[in-house]
Amino acid sequence: MLKYVVKRIILALITIFIVCLITFFTMNAIPGGPFSGEKAKSPEVQAVLERRFNLDKPVGTQFFLYMGNLLKGDFGISAKTGRNISDTIGSKFSVSARMGFFAVLLAIFLGVVFGSIAALTRNHLPDRVIIFLSTLFTSLPSFVLGSFLLVIFSVKLGLVQAWSAEKQNLILPVLSLAAYPAAYITRLTKTSMLDVLGQDYVRTARAKGVAQIKVLFLHTLRNALIPVVTYVGPMIASVLTGSLVVEQIFTIGGLGAEFVTSITNRDYPMIMGVTIFLAVFMVTMNLITDIVYKLIDPRINLA
Amino acid sequence: MDNEKMGGNQMPKKHALSLQLDLTKFEKATEEEKRQAEVMSESSTFFKDGMKRLRKNPLAMFSIVVLIVIVAMIIVVPYVVPYSYSEIITVNGKRDKTATNMSPFSYSRMEQQYIDEGGKIFPHIMGTDELGRDYFVRVIYGTRISLVVGVFAALIVLIIGVVYGSISGYFGGRVDLIMMRIVDIIYSLPDLLMIILLSVVLNEVINVKGNGFLAKLGTNMISLFIVFGLLYWVGMARLVRGQILTIKQNDYVLAAQVSGAKSSRIIRKHILPNCISVIIISAALQIPSAIFTESFLSFIGLGVKAPMPSLGSLASAARSGITTYTYKLIFPAVMIALITLAFNLLGDGLRDAFDPKLRR
Repeated sequence: MLKYVVKRIILALITIFIVCLITFFTMNAIPGGPFSGEKAKSPEVQAVLERRFNLDKPVGTQFFLYMGNLLKGDFGISAKTGRNISDTIGSKFSVSARMGFFAVLLAIFLGVVFGSIAALTRNHLPDRVIIFLSTLFTSLPSFVLGSFLLVIFSVKLGLVQAWSAEKQNLILPVLSLAAYPAAYITRLTKTSMLDVLGQDYVRTARAKGVAQIKVLFLHTLRNALIPVVTYVGPMIASVLTGSLVVEQIFTIGGLGAEFVTSITNRDYPMIMGVTIFLAVFMVTMNLITDIVYKLIDPRINLA
Repeated sequence: MDNEKMGGNQMPKKHALSLQLDLTKFEKATEEEKRQAEVMSESSTFFKDGMKRLRKNPLAMFSIVVLIVIVAMIIVVPYVVPYSYSEIITVNGKRDKTATNMSPFSYSRMEQQYIDEGGKIFPHIMGTDELGRDYFVRVIYGTRISLVVGVFAALIVLIIGVVYGSISGYFGGRVDLIMMRIVDIIYSLPDLLMIILLSVVLNEVINVKGNGFLAKLGTNMISLFIVFGLLYWVGMARLVRGQILTIKQNDYVLAAQVSGAKSSRIIRKHILPNCISVIIISAALQIPSAIFTESFLSFIGLGVKAPMPSLGSLASAARSGITTYTYKLIFPAVMIALITLAFNLLGDGLRDAFDPKLRR
C-alpha cells in the first residue's frame, strides 16, 4: 500500500512540475514581455520594471525563481490590474469552490439514485426513460443547458431569481454544472450495479433470506459504488472547467469568470497563475481519488 | 437412371415381421436431397454479423439516418441558399439595414417592398443575426466546421493512438514501460486547461497567412488540432495497447513469428485487424467529444476566426440577446445536441454490435 501511495504521489508531483514547465515556457514563447507595448516607457523605467520582475535574467533562472515563488504561494501580480494574483485566486476560488461542491454532491446523489433505479428496473420503462435522459444530458454542453435554464426559469417563468451580489441563488448554476456528471454517474452506477447483482454473494444473500432492502443497500450498492469513486477525480476537473462557462452565463464572480476574462485580456501572469492553481488542484483530487479507491477495495492488487 | 427405376417397383413384404430390407432406402441421394441435408446457412463474416445486429438496433439506425441527413444538408444547402455565411443581406444591391435580428421566415421592410414590386427573395428560414446575415446558412456552415473539427480530431487521435499503442503493446518490456509512463503523465495533465493555455499561446506564435481553409479557420483551430495530437491520443493508445497485449498471446501470432514475418507486418496483418472494431468504436465516440471541446473553446473566445461560424461560437454569440432572440440559441444548441447524441448512440450501438465481449 505504502509503495503504491508513494508511487502515485511521485507521479502527481512530476505531473505538477510538467504543468508548471509547459505553462511557464509556452507563456514565455509569446513575443513581447508584459511591459512592452501599451504606453511607451523610458528605457530607465523599463529596466527597473524588468529587474523588479526578474525579466533581465535568463529564462532558465526565471523559471526557477518563479517556481520558488510558487512554493511560497506567490503567483506574482496581474499585468492588467496590478493586483496580487494569489489574493485574487484566494477570494475568487471560494465562490467557485462552493458552487462546485454543491454540484458534485448533487451529481453523485442524482446519479446514484437514478442509476440504481435503472439497474433494478432493467429493460422496463423507468430504465429506458432514465437512460434516454442521461444520454440526452451528456449531449448538451453545459453552457447551452445553463443558458436555457436561465431563460426558462429566470426570465420567462420568473421562478428563480438570477444571481446578484445581494441574493446569491446557486440553484441554476449548480444544476447546469451537475447535469453532465450526474448523467455520467447514472450510467456508471447502472452498469456496475447490474454487474454486482449478478454476483454469487448477492444470490446467496437472497437465498438465505436477507431482507430485500438489506441486500440492496448492504450487499449491492456498497460494492456497486466502487467504480463511481474512480470518477470523482475527473468529475471535479470537469465541474471546475465547466464553471468557466457557467460563471460567465450567470455572471458569478468566481475563479472561472476571472480566468476567461484574463484570457480575453491576454493577462499572461494571471492565466499562468490560474492554470497552475487549477491544475494542482485537479491533480491532487485525482491523487486522493486513486488512493481512496485502493483503500476501499481490497480486491485490487497493489501493483 | 438406375435409381429411378428401382424407386418405382417396391418389393412387397412377405409377412409383417419380415426383416426384409427396403432397398429404396439404400439408393444414392439425389442432388435435391443432398441440399436438404445441408444445415449450414450461408457463411457469415464478423462484419456481416455485426451489421445484422446493428440493423436491429432502432436507436443506432435512427442516428445513422440523422447523421446522413445532416451531412446531406451541409453539402447541399450552400448550393441552394443564395446567401453566404459572411454576407450581409442586400436588396437590389443596396445594404438592407432593417434586416438585422429578424425572426424565422420573416422579411424586412426593404425586402417586403421588393417582393411587392414583384421581386423574389429566398426566405430566411432561421431569420437573421445581429449584423443582418442569414442565420440558416450560418448554422449550416457552423455544423460543417464543427463536424470537420470533430472528424479531423478523431483521425489525429486514431492515427497517433494506434501507432503508439501497438508499438508499446507489441514490444512490451522496457519499451512498454517507458512509453506507458509517458502516457500516464500526459493522461494526468488537466487536458482542457492545457488546451486553453496552448490555444492562447499558439494564437500569438503561429501566424497562418493566405486564403487556405486553415487560414480561414484561424489559428485557434490549428492549435486545437495540435493539442489533440499532443494530448488526446493517450486514451486511444492505452486501449490499443491493452487489446494487443491479449491478442499477441494467440498461436497465429507465434506462427507468423516463427515463419519469419517482420514485426510491422505482424502488427498490420495479424493483430490490428482483430481489434479494429474496438478502435473504430472509440474513434466514433471521440468525434462528439471533440465537438464539445471546440464549442467550449468557442464559448470562451478561443474558437474559429470570425466571420467563420461554428456551432459553439454561434451559441455563444446568441447569449447577448437571449431573452429577445431565444431562437438564435435554440438552433445551434439543437444542432450540437443532435450531432453529439447521434454519435453517442451510434457509438453505443456499434459497441453492442461489434464488441465480442458484450455478446451473450
